Amino acid sequence: MRDIVPALTGVAVHFDPEHSALPAAPLEAAEALIRQSIDAMPSRLAGRVIEVPVCYDPEFALDIVEIAGRSGIEPEEIAARHSRSEHRVLMVGFAPGLPYIGGLDPALALPRRATPRTRVPAGSVAIANLQTTVYPFETPGGWSVIGRTPLVLFDPAREAPSIFAPGDRVHFMPVSRSDYVRLK
Amino acid sequence: MSLRIAKPGLLTTVQDGGRWGLQHLGVVPGGAMDRVALALANALVGNRAGEAALEVTLLGPQIAFEEDVLVALSGAEFDASVGDAEMPRDRPVFLPAGSEIALRRAVRGTRACLAVAGGIALQPLLGSRSTYLPARFGGLEGRALRAGDVLALAPDAAHIAAERYEKVSKRASSRGGVRSVRWSAPALTLPEHEPIALHAMPGRHHDEFDADSRRAFFDAQWRVSPDSNRMGFRLAGPVLARPRGGEILSEPTCLGTVQVPANGAPIVLMVDHQTTGGYPKIAEVAGADVPRLAQLAPGATLRFAQCTLAEALELRAALNARMAAALRAISWEYGE
Repeated sequence: MRDIVPALTGVAVHFDPEHSALPAAPLEAAEALIRQSIDAMPSRLAGRVIEVPVCYDPEFALDIVEIAGRSGIEPEEIAARHSRSEHRVLMVGFAPGLPYIGGLDPALALPRRATPRTRVPAGSVAIANLQTTVYPFETPGGWSVIGRTPLVLFDPAREAPSIFAPGDRVHFMPVSRSDYVRLK
Repeated sequence: MSLRIAKPGLLTTVQDGGRWGLQHLGVVPGGAMDRVALALANALVGNRAGEAALEVTLLGPQIAFEEDVLVALSGAEFDASVGDAEMPRDRPVFLPAGSEIALRRAVRGTRACLAVAGGIALQPLLGSRSTYLPARFGGLEGRALRAGDVLALAPDAAHIAAERYEKVSKRASSRGGVRSVRWSAPALTLPEHEPIALHAMPGRHHDEFDADSRRAFFDAQWRVSPDSNRMGFRLAGPVLARPRGGEILSEPTCLGTVQVPANGAPIVLMVDHQTTGGYPKIAEVAGADVPRLAQLAPGATLRFAQCTLAEALELRAALNARMAAALRAISWEYGE
């Protein structure tokens, strides 16, 4: 077995089909393994708590004014609601260390932007539908940006390269612009 | 011991057998686009299969070697030279200190692997020396090589070169003063005449596409778009429509997965693909055909032939058997 990738509604098991120890029916064996793991899981994961400082300053919250216009909620209130909610990492994927975080206040739920941004700065905290993500690197992206964290989400040289793992609880802590700069 | 990039070429990166075991953190295995070429190039210089090599693309680099080295070039056929002489491909080539090789245009295929006996002495990152361009890590500073870059080789690379070249020298040849051998490894992944036939299995969301799109996917001739890269090959052809079934929650993807975004133009995921994605999957390209796909240049045409999982595994076994035979023949030349 080379990789096990949990996602929102499925799990991928990547295996080497030429491996000498491969069971006779590898697909069935993988399915049985996944079912066992699911059965063995506690019904409510404890999870670590990851504190994520976020500056919701308009300088970083590129789309917060637009969301305010569409939702009728003031930018300050968007930041307050976002940081008050209970969030949990549902999966890590797409890019190294990029989390899909559930638990967004339904009042803030909006579809992805019709036209994705060609460049979203690293550390951008962005929302779409009922989820939050944080961009580990500067990439194109279609989610609405409401703030930025000074944390380095993924560092291949760190012992634990990714800050987030599936199941983690996430607290977004509002910080001022000066604190953001200090933490950076 | 080092090599120096005199001219970088279009896209020259350090790649190896890939960075496995981290897809749950969003880190894709990556590695050489043509794993067959990597394995052959490494075997030709006596390295293990997944050792780091240089992957060169379409327009190759010019590389200077400070001391004696043993190198091999496999995969795409490049118009290549050592000094004034032609650079032999698919075989071990002994280059004396001070040699400079020039890889110009790819004449057939797009990507070649240049392996050096003893490997490239970069520090592995997360278990691999592969360059992962999208997140800018691995290889040399996470980027494509530039003019003036110096890559360290094994400290005893010159000694390894002499020792290994001695082993294969019973059938040595010296054409135009270039020291190589009279045999060569087969090229197993080079494109034949177009359109190239690739095998593909219907994907998870295949049945949600309308009948015309399902038919068109396997009937139409597709063209590799210019905006194709190590992450994915975009294909131009008929627009594929999926009227039923709305948004898809992000789910894992594989090398060879064919996604169809809202614009209806399919993307075949290549080695540096996203680990998960929210686009519907119309097909999965058979693993055995991915290295051949990797050898296609923008503008190349291809067709998909529908196959089953069992047939895809047979194709894989057949490719592995051809590779194993080639590797055995190389070992034999090394007297092993």
